[in-house]
Amino acid sequence: MSVNITLLVIMAALFAAGIYLLLERSLTRVLLGLILVANGANMLLLAGGGPAGKAPLYSADIPAGDYSDPLPQALILTSIVISFAVTAFMLGIIYRSWVLGRQDEVQDDIEDRRVASQSSFDAEDDAEIPVETTEFTPVEEAEEAPGAQRGPSTRTTTRREKR
Amino acid sequence: MNVANLAPLAVVLPFLGAAMAFLLIRHSRSQRAVSIGTLSVTLLIEAFLLVDASARGTTAVFVGGWAAPFGITMVVDQFSALMLVVSSAVSLAVLIYATGQGMTDGDEDGPISIFHPTYLILVAGVSNAFLAGDLFNLYVGFEILLTSSYVLMTLGGTTPRIRAGVTYVVVSVVSSMLFLISIGMIYAATGTINMADLALKLADIDPATQMILHLMLLVAFGVKAAVFPLSFWLPDSYPTAPAPVTAVFAGLLTKVGVYAMVRTETLLFPGDRINTLLMVVAMLTMIVGILGALAQSDIKRMLSFTLVSHIGYMVFGLAISTVIGLGAAVYYVAHHIIVQTSLFLVTGLIERRGGTANMDRLGGLAKISPFLALLFFVPGMNLAGIPPFSGFLGKLGLLQAGVELGTPLAFVLVGASVTTSLLTLLVIARVWNRAFWRRPEDATHPDPILMSTAHDGSAATTSGKVTGHRTGKFAGRNAVDLLPRTMVGATAGLVLLGISLTVMGGPLFALSDNAAQQMLERTPYIDAVLGEGATEAAGATP
Repeated sequence: MSVNITLLVIMAALFAAGIYLLLERSLTRVLLGLILVANGANMLLLAGGGPAGKAPLYSADIPAGDYSDPLPQALILTSIVISFAVTAFMLGIIYRSWVLGRQDEVQDDIEDRRVASQSSFDAEDDAEIPVETTEFTPVEEAEEAPGAQRGPSTRTTTRREKR
Repeated sequence: MNVANLAPLAVVLPFLGAAMAFLLIRHSRSQRAVSIGTLSVTLLIEAFLLVDASARGTTAVFVGGWAAPFGITMVVDQFSALMLVVSSAVSLAVLIYATGQGMTDGDEDGPISIFHPTYLILVAGVSNAFLAGDLFNLYVGFEILLTSSYVLMTLGGTTPRIRAGVTYVVVSVVSSMLFLISIGMIYAATGTINMADLALKLADIDPATQMILHLMLLVAFGVKAAVFPLSFWLPDSYPTAPAPVTAVFAGLLTKVGVYAMVRTETLLFPGDRINTLLMVVAMLTMIVGILGALAQSDIKRMLSFTLVSHIGYMVFGLAISTVIGLGAAVYYVAHHIIVQTSLFLVTGLIERRGGTANMDRLGGLAKISPFLALLFFVPGMNLAGIPPFSGFLGKLGLLQAGVELGTPLAFVLVGASVTTSLLTLLVIARVWNRAFWRRPEDATHPDPILMSTAHDGSAATTSGKVTGHRTGKFAGRNAVDLLPRTMVGATAGLVLLGISLTVMGGPLFALSDNAAQQMLERTPYIDAVLGEGATEAAGATP
C-alpha cells in the first residue's frame, strides 16, 4: 500500500501542536489543543482508509478495487460530530468558569492541597496519651463530671490549632 | 422468538425515554414516571437476556440486517448480560434515590429538570458499550456515556463543580482521542473493526505492531477504568458532583473501562505477553489507592480512593487469566458496582443528616439514626471483604487463583490484596468510629444539627423533620426532611441487592466462571458473530 505523505505530515503537525497546547494551563489553549488532536485523529482514520478512489456508489461494471473505502469516512463523520459536541460543551464550561471567577486557567484542587499539607499526625489515632473516645465509661464517672468528658477533646482542638 | 433480538432495546428504550423525559421537562411528575418506568422495563428485558444467555450461550444481533463484519453487531454473552442487569439495577436504584431527593428538596425547575433525560442517555451509553460488537460502536458508547456524564458532573455550574468538571472533561476527551487513534491504527493494520473479525486477523500481523496496538488500547481503557498511574483524575473530580451522580459514576463508569479491558485482553489480544505488566499495575493500583484513602477526612474523597484501589482487584483477576481468576474478576466487578454505589448513596444520606461529609466533624450518627448506621455498616464490611459478604467471596476467588498460578509475582500480589483488604477495613472503621460511634461533642466543630438532636432526646428519628437554624449545606430551610423515605428505601434496596450476591453466590459464581471459560475459549464469541466454524476456517488457534 502506498502512503500519502501529505496526510502524514499534516497529521504529525496537528498532533504535535495539539499536544503542546494541551499541556498549557490556559483553558482556551487546552480546548484548541483538543480540537487539533481530534482533527489529527480524523486524518489518521482517513490515511488508514487507503488511497482515494471512485465514490462508493455500487455499479456493476466498476471493479471493487476502484472504490474508495467508505468506512473510514463514516467513522470520521461520527467523530467530527462527537468532537463538535464536546467542543461546544467545553466552550460553555470555559465561559462559566470565566463568569464565576474570571479564571481561564486549570485550578488546583483545594482539598487536595489541604490533605497534602497536613502532617501525618492524627490527634485521635497517634496521641501519646490515648484520648478517651469510648462510649463505655463507668456510669458514676460520667455522672459526676460531665466536663471531664469534654476535657480530652478540647485538648485535641488546642493541639490542632497549635499546629 | 429469539430473545436475544431484544438486545438493541436495552439501548433504544433509554434513548426514547430520554426524549420523552425531555419533552416533559415542565411536568416533573410525569417526567419521573417516564424515566423510572423506562428503566424498569429495560431492566426486565435485560433480565430476560441474562436468562437466555446463560441457557443458550453467546448470541449476536445484526442491526439493520447487515451481516458481520460489515454491519453493526451487538453481542450478548454471559459477561455482557450480567453487566447489563447489574448496571441497570443499580441505575434504577440511584434514579429512585435522586427522584426522592428532588421531590424532598423541591427543585421543580432549574437545571435539575435536565437530570432525568441526561441520566437516561448515560444508561443508554453504558448499555451500548456493554453490547458493542465492534470497536467503533464501543467508542460511540463511551462517548454517549461520557458526554452525558460531563453534563451531570457540572450540574448547576457551581465553582467547585466547574473546576472539577474541567479536569474530568479534558482527561476523558484525551483518553477518547487515544481510543480513536488506536481504532484508526487497528483499521489501517487489519482493515476491520469488528471485534470477532479482529480476533482472527490481529494474530496475523507483526508481533511488534500488535504490541503497540494492544498497549494503546489498554492505556485508553486504563484512563477510563482509573488504573494507577492513570487514576489521578478520579478522586479529584468525582466527590464534587451531587451524591446520586457520584454514586452512579463510581458504580458504572470505571467498570465500563474494566469491561473494555477484559474484552481487549481475552478476545482481541489473548496470551500472556503483558500479564506481568498488568500484575504490577494491579498491585500499584491497590496499594497506592488505599494509601490515598487513608489520608482523607472527607468521606466522599475517601470512597473515591477506595474505588481506585479496588479496581486493582479486577485487573489482578484479569492478569491471572485462568478460568477461576477471570471468573472471580467478573464476580468482583458485579459486587463492586453494587457495593461502591450503595456506599456513595449512604454518604449522601450522612451528608443530609449530619450536615457534612467530613468525618472529623461528624459524630453520634449511630444513636441519631441506627438504621443509617446499619446501611453504612453492611456495605462497608462488604467492601472490606468480611465473610459472609460478597466482597469476601470475590477476594477468596482471586486469592485462590493467585495461589494456583504460583509464580513469585502472583504471591506478592496475593499479599498486596490481603494488605489492601485490611487497610480498607481500617478506613471503614475510621469512618465508623468517627461518624457513627463517638459522641458529637468529641467532633471538631460538629454541625449544630448533630448536637441539637442528641440533646433534646429526639434521637432515633429516621425520617424525622428537624426545625431550627443550621449551618450545613442545607441551611436556610426551616423544616427539612432529613432522611426521606424514598432515599433511604432506594439505598436499603441496593444494600439488600449486595447481600443477595452472597445468597446467590453459588449460581453467580457458576455463571461468572462459565462466562470466563467462554471468554478464554474465544470460539463461542467468534462463532456467534461470524457464523459456525469461522474459527476453524481462519485456522486460528483458540
